[in-house]
Amino acid sequence: MYHKTLGYRIFNISNYVFLGLLSLLCILPVIHILAVSFSSMAPASSNLVGFWPIGFTTDAYAKTFGNSNFLNSLGISVLRTVLSTVIGMVLVLLTAYPLSKEDTSFRGRTMYVWIFVFTILFSGGLIPSYILVQKIGLMDSIWALVLPGAVSVWNIILMLNFFRGLPKELEEAAYLDGAGQLKTLVLVFIPLSMPSIATLSLFTMVYQWNSWFDGMIYMRDIKDYPLASLLQTIIVQQDFSKINVDPKALENISNRTVRAAQIFIGALPILLVYPFLQRFFVKGMVIGAVKE
Amino acid sequence: MKETAVQLPAKQEKRRVIRKSWNMNRNWPLHMMLLPALVLVIIFQYVPMAGIVIAFQDFKPWKGLTGSEWVGLDNFWFLFKYPDIDQVIWNTLVIAFFKMAAGLFVPFLFAILLNEIRLMAFKRVTQTLVYLPHFLSWVILGGILLDILAPDGGLVNKAVTALGFESIFFLGDNNWFRFTLIVSDVWKEFGFGTIVFLAALAGINPALYEAAEVDGATRLKQTIHITMPALMPITIVLGTLSIGNILNAGFDQVFNLYNPLVYEKGDIIDTFVYRLGILNGKMSFATTVGLFKSVVATILIATSYRLAYKFANYRVF
Repeated sequence: MYHKTLGYRIFNISNYVFLGLLSLLCILPVIHILAVSFSSMAPASSNLVGFWPIGFTTDAYAKTFGNSNFLNSLGISVLRTVLSTVIGMVLVLLTAYPLSKEDTSFRGRTMYVWIFVFTILFSGGLIPSYILVQKIGLMDSIWALVLPGAVSVWNIILMLNFFRGLPKELEEAAYLDGAGQLKTLVLVFIPLSMPSIATLSLFTMVYQWNSWFDGMIYMRDIKDYPLASLLQTIIVQQDFSKINVDPKALENISNRTVRAAQIFIGALPILLVYPFLQRFFVKGMVIGAVKE
Repeated sequence: MKETAVQLPAKQEKRRVIRKSWNMNRNWPLHMMLLPALVLVIIFQYVPMAGIVIAFQDFKPWKGLTGSEWVGLDNFWFLFKYPDIDQVIWNTLVIAFFKMAAGLFVPFLFAILLNEIRLMAFKRVTQTLVYLPHFLSWVILGGILLDILAPDGGLVNKAVTALGFESIFFLGDNNWFRFTLIVSDVWKEFGFGTIVFLAALAGINPALYEAAEVDGATRLKQTIHITMPALMPITIVLGTLSIGNILNAGFDQVFNLYNPLVYEKGDIIDTFVYRLGILNGKMSFATTVGLFKSVVATILIATSYRLAYKFANYRVF
């Protein structure tokens, strides 16, 4: 038995230590930011804060929530996430259902699949998409953040594969009972796919909350930026030219503890849905990755 | 009158045959369901593909697609003569290659080590922690890295100076920038990349280990002769599929971490296109660079999927 040998025991202990340290490495930066955000300004700016707040205060959060730019962007982020997730999931279900049929019973299915899959392989690229959004008058509108990415072909493929795994007999029974296609989808397929729908919705939510680039190019005024784009501008690029604030207020949004608070609030929704996400994604990944 | 009387039944008959073969009575709702997604994909994916023609024009926004001057392949010749382009392509290849190699090797090793853990609670906590960074965006991580990598007393540099070295400007030193990109990318993604390997490990027949044990194989020998070969097919698949990404060095990451100090070693095709096209308004030229990248990537993806199918019998669709 290898478990008993001295060599394996030494390996085993160092393995636990190594993996433990590695796990800490993944979470410590977030804890550090959290600690900084709850610290007083002086110890934070002289780099004294490690993983525990020094001079505990919620001052940074008060300043962050007193910043109208921040609140405004927070609202836009919430709105875009809700709109995109709802519209995206309706589209996924409506599209995956017909595409899950065999070509023999739904002629044209394969042609449709290729129309969708081709967009994964090839795209017009950044500039033509930008010109398009400009030409159809979506600039500065929330729909510029929702519509271009509303159809997620990857999600459709995952959902389609799940639909295909459902017993054929259910569909036949519904047909014999006189249900049309839409009724079959709404009354038979959707109730059976709730776990998959929940998984894809969570993934869409995370993706939408994190999206920052579209906001920066399609919104000309920082008032219309979603939170991720705002954080990119004022925390990562530290570009304050777009916001009109007096120098004193600038101090309020640019010092280290306030920056940390903003970063943490930006990450918070992800941290909150993460436990639910984790329950699903291992299963979901395997459904998508393993094909028999 | 007589003619139409003869034609009408024939026409109806033809229509009836088509209706029957397409089963329109039952299937028209299916076509209707596809309509919204189809319209959106045509507008937001296929119309921009047509917009690629501006790569062959000297596009001026105020003149529009039809009014702008056609210049043939001039933009492409200009592209290959552009002074920085060699460096940009080289940066992209180097960064993407090392990310791919490390992004395959680290999860491979991590999965094997994690597989040795018998304490289930420990395993679960480890997994929860290492998967987390994958879900945080590069904006958030960019903000965090700017803070902890700061040369004047950031968390990492405090550790570096404590060990007796000089503090390092990770995000502003051309000697360190690529290294920082690769390590931070591995840090973000290695946990999530492990999932696929863990799934493969779960599929190994335990009888193989029992037989090896009876034959007196140590755990190391078992790992080398059973575990690693069992992981090979999925490793080959992932490695092959990643060839299609050799021109994707990670726009989100580079854009959030770079600055003019490190353009020399850190500027990649995507960031270059962004600065040129959106910031400097050279839309035609930026589209040309984007098109060049898209074509190469499509060829590579098609090739790699074929290879994956040939060598590992793996089908994506």
